[in-house]
Amino acid sequence: MSTMIETKDLSYTYPGGEGTAATLALDGVTLSIARGSFVVVLGHNGSGKSTFAKTLNAVLLPGGGTVWVDGMDTKNEALLLEIRRRVGMVFQNPDNQIVANVVEEDVAFAPENLGVPTAEIRQRVDDALEAVGMTEFTLHAPHLLSGGQKQRIAIAGVLAMLPECIVLDEATAMLDPMGRREVLNVIEGLHREKDVTVVLITHHMNEAEHADRVIVMDDGHVAMDGTPREVFSRAEELRALGLAVPDTVALLRELKANGLDVPTDAITVSDCADAIMDAMKQHA
Amino acid sequence: MLKDITLGQYFPGDTLAHRLDPRTKLLAVVCYIVAIFSCHTLWAYGTMALTLAVAARISKVSARALFRGLRPVLFIITFTAVLNLFYTPGETLWTWWVLRVTREGLYTALAMVTRITLLITGTFLLTYTTSPIRLTDGLESLLAPLKKLRVPVHELAMMMSIALRFIPTLIEETDKIMSAQKARGADFESGGLIRRAKALIPLLVPLFISAFRRADELATAMECRCYHGGEGRTKLHVLHFAARDYAVLAFYIVLAAAIVALG
Repeated sequence: MSTMIETKDLSYTYPGGEGTAATLALDGVTLSIARGSFVVVLGHNGSGKSTFAKTLNAVLLPGGGTVWVDGMDTKNEALLLEIRRRVGMVFQNPDNQIVANVVEEDVAFAPENLGVPTAEIRQRVDDALEAVGMTEFTLHAPHLLSGGQKQRIAIAGVLAMLPECIVLDEATAMLDPMGRREVLNVIEGLHREKDVTVVLITHHMNEAEHADRVIVMDDGHVAMDGTPREVFSRAEELRALGLAVPDTVALLRELKANGLDVPTDAITVSDCADAIMDAMKQHA
Repeated sequence: MLKDITLGQYFPGDTLAHRLDPRTKLLAVVCYIVAIFSCHTLWAYGTMALTLAVAARISKVSARALFRGLRPVLFIITFTAVLNLFYTPGETLWTWWVLRVTREGLYTALAMVTRITLLITGTFLLTYTTSPIRLTDGLESLLAPLKKLRVPVHELAMMMSIALRFIPTLIEETDKIMSAQKARGADFESGGLIRRAKALIPLLVPLFISAFRRADELATAMECRCYHGGEGRTKLHVLHFAARDYAVLAFYIVLAAAIVALG
């Protein structure tokens, strides 16, 4: 598998203002994200995960080290548009990333900026809205939609650039459980059907269930890196980093501690249920 | 109270007036305004009123909706009428105490009221039949020649459409802050004008701070979607003049020319 994004010794320092010291948000992060993978980046507040996300499409330029997107150095200003087209970014607050007051106009914003011909913009807008299941809202006003719907519009707005990678910077943090589910379903669908590389930044452990890979960040470093099973089996380490394991893993661990012989690495709800069923059958 | 703000209210529809190119409508309104300011005879005013009535009829905008737009300027209209009525020198028609109405005053007052009414309702007809986005698109396209004079036309149009986009968001936010302040005992409704203005300060400060934060986030999001100014930008909806646009435009130019020459 080829590499989508690669970082080497990446560091970033937020300059201190009056009376505040400069803070080192990223400190020597070396990672490689494979094309077509689904990576979840976890970490508590201030772990540097959001800063990491913002360096991936040159919103922030590395203070030290290098970031390559598809082999292009993000510090190269001549490649800026090409880098941002390839790596689309969805942010936390849906209200603050919607530009136009009609849904279709908003989705068309990026292709308009890229100088795509009118007929093709139409096609891309229709495709993107279909991909996020918002076709019936094409002519609606975004401010009347729910949080989950707004966030799906924001994803469609990014999709219209035909990106190869989508970075979601805590894109579900402000949503209710239903809105969060909607957005995650859309993201999982895009990854499965369109082969889009997904980097999902979050602090909800349960969102890691469909990931190929989980990266845990702490204090600007990569603290853990592996498949969800590997990472969540190290519950004590996670707790030391201020994180909890997903509810499913927590339940299985409790059961095991109380004498039921279950595996503790089933992350999705259905896997977890199966594991408990098997254990109970054996028990009986 | 905030629900009443209707800046450039738009009534969606599918009439000839709605389908016209926004540039046609903007230019037609300019001609219409020129004509109104050149009116001097009863005939001229009559023609303009008729034009407005026909345009309103075509747009299927009710007279009630049209005159509702006058409410905010009612005070100005009355004020102008009263001033003109009592302070124009000329042949006296009627006197009472220090008040004196002259024939000329009566005519000027009537003319002014008609003029302002026609002006406001005519321009309201434009915003009633044109969505804000099409209006900004039209303005941007009409003002495009000014780019040569280094006027940031695209940026101005972008600012306008973003401002329109954020009006509902900020109104919602204001409502939220107001509720939060009321819950802590703030009083926005009683007291005199100054007291009420002062009560708005704890409302405006958080509103401004949040607006700046929003602006910052929006700018980042726009950059992430490859926004780099108006250069090389294409459009989802391209404006184009159809036969009906030329016809309407020709009519308004002839109307304005005729009124300027004869009215």
